[in-house]
Amino acid sequence: MKVSIEVNGKKEEHDVEDRTLLVFFLRETLGLTGTNIGCDTTNCGACTVIMNGESVKSCTVLAAQADGQKVLTIEGLGTSQDDMHPMQEAFRQNHALQCGYCTPGMVMAAVSLVHDNPNITEAEVREGLEGNLCRCTGYHNIVKAVLAAAGSGGGDL
Amino acid sequence: MIPAAFDYVRVDSVDAAVAALTEHGDDAKLLAGGHSLLPLMKLRLAFPSVLIDIGRIEGLSYVRQEGDQVAIGALTRHCDVNASPELARHAPLLAYVAGKVGDPQVRHRGTIGGSIAHADPASDLPAAVLALGGEMVVTGPSGQRVIPATEFFTGFLETAMSPEEMLTEIRVPTATAGHSYQKFVRRAQDWAMVGVAVARYDGTTGVSLVNMGPTPLRAAAVESALASGASAADAAEVADQDSEPTGDANASPEFRRHLAKVLTRRALEEAGL
Ligand SMILES: Cc1cc2nc3c(=O)[nH]c(=O)nc-3n(C[C@H](O)[C@H](O)[C@H](O)COP(=O)(O)OP(=O)(O)OC[C@H]3O[C@@H](n4cnc5c(N)ncnc54)[C@H](O)[C@@H]3O)c2cc1C
Ligand code: FES
Ligand code: FES
Repeated sequence: MKVSIEVNGKKEEHDVEDRTLLVFFLRETLGLTGTNIGCDTTNCGACTVIMNGESVKSCTVLAAQADGQKVLTIEGLGTSQDDMHPMQEAFRQNHALQCGYCTPGMVMAAVSLVHDNPNITEAEVREGLEGNLCRCTGYHNIVKAVLAAAGSGGGDL
Repeated sequence: MIPAAFDYVRVDSVDAAVAALTEHGDDAKLLAGGHSLLPLMKLRLAFPSVLIDIGRIEGLSYVRQEGDQVAIGALTRHCDVNASPELARHAPLLAYVAGKVGDPQVRHRGTIGGSIAHADPASDLPAAVLALGGEMVVTGPSGQRVIPATEFFTGFLETAMSPEEMLTEIRVPTATAGHSYQKFVRRAQDWAMVGVAVARYDGTTGVSLVNMGPTPLRAAAVESALASGASAADAAEVADQDSEPTGDANASPEFRRHLAKVLTRRALEEAGL
């Protein structure tokens, strides 16, 4: 089927199989490999992107369901040191990543969380990121980064 | 993981959804939020040949107070049930429970209709609707019918809906006299190992159990103990009566029975009993 999805502000029209998952549309059809696949079973959050302003796990959304919608990936936030989103900058400043595998999904989930709740508390950050697993950091610095970004544009879309 | 191939059909009305179900029969499945169905399809535990996407049907996402009931459209997502001011005011148990489902990403996609139609005994919302004594409005080729929650869940992942019917609305009584939901989990984001929902309304107390049998269960023994004047602690002692919990990697049947009693006591006390 033909789908037309606005990805990072650019309209992308492609013919895909009906069963194509959004994450494969992003990674394979568009070559946007910033969005990672971790568990592929909707548990780890590595594949999190923002659809119509809300975090979703792109391994569990069909490209057909995203047809006509707006999708934001980590590439849409910033791809170089000079144009980082405040949430990316806060992750860097707070040493909120080690191997970095969970980071794109973690950042997208965090942006959505802060977007919905700019005055977020530490407990709300911890609960709100329960759908994103990190095997390296122990989460403390991630929580610190999200709280730091909350006051400085971390939820801007 | 990639689901087996299927034909994707998008419908824009309930009538079109019912017509598509009638046309394709057993080979077809409705797709709402996809957060139960797509994981099953990716694991090849389900392989419908036609997916009927009802996610864009307009006018099926709402919460409305109607007399002494609150009506919730089947496509209302967990995040919207959780944030609904009408539910916070008139049936706070449901709003609270929706906020306990999965994680924010899951709540941004999953719908109350999908959760109830899927009828997983480990799910949170079916038990909440059962404790509230709610009812389901289903629409099929010959129109609408209303099925009480107590008759809706007929077996493991099975409901009283026929294959051509679609769940269109959930109704619960206004219930503001006290409520509680105790969801026992060991890790963040987990499904309930056991859960207990309590809702007080109209001078009665509804109590239901999550993951204590093949369907969400009403704890009838607890309800009648309370009705005949038992204390919360005494009523909770019969919480596992008529349940059939299974054992799995998380808990043995005996542990589940124990949890049901402890959680029922906590829930009754939190609900003010
Ligand atoms: C990681 C993860 C964690 C989760 N954790 C929890 C949890 O803690 N507690 C919990 O309760 N749930 C949990 N869920 C399940 C989640 O709540 C699902 O969203 C919900 O069970 C199904 O709703 P859906 O809209 O996604 O339905 P879908 O997946 O689209 O559909 C589910 C089934 O219902 C049918 N169906 C859907 N809508 C209708 C309708 N209107 N009429 C008739 N049939 C219909 C479909 O054909 C399908 O068979 C979790 C899911 C995931 C992926
Ligand atoms: S890859 Fe999607 S949640 Fe893990
Ligand atoms: S930084 Fe390695 S998984 Fe999070």
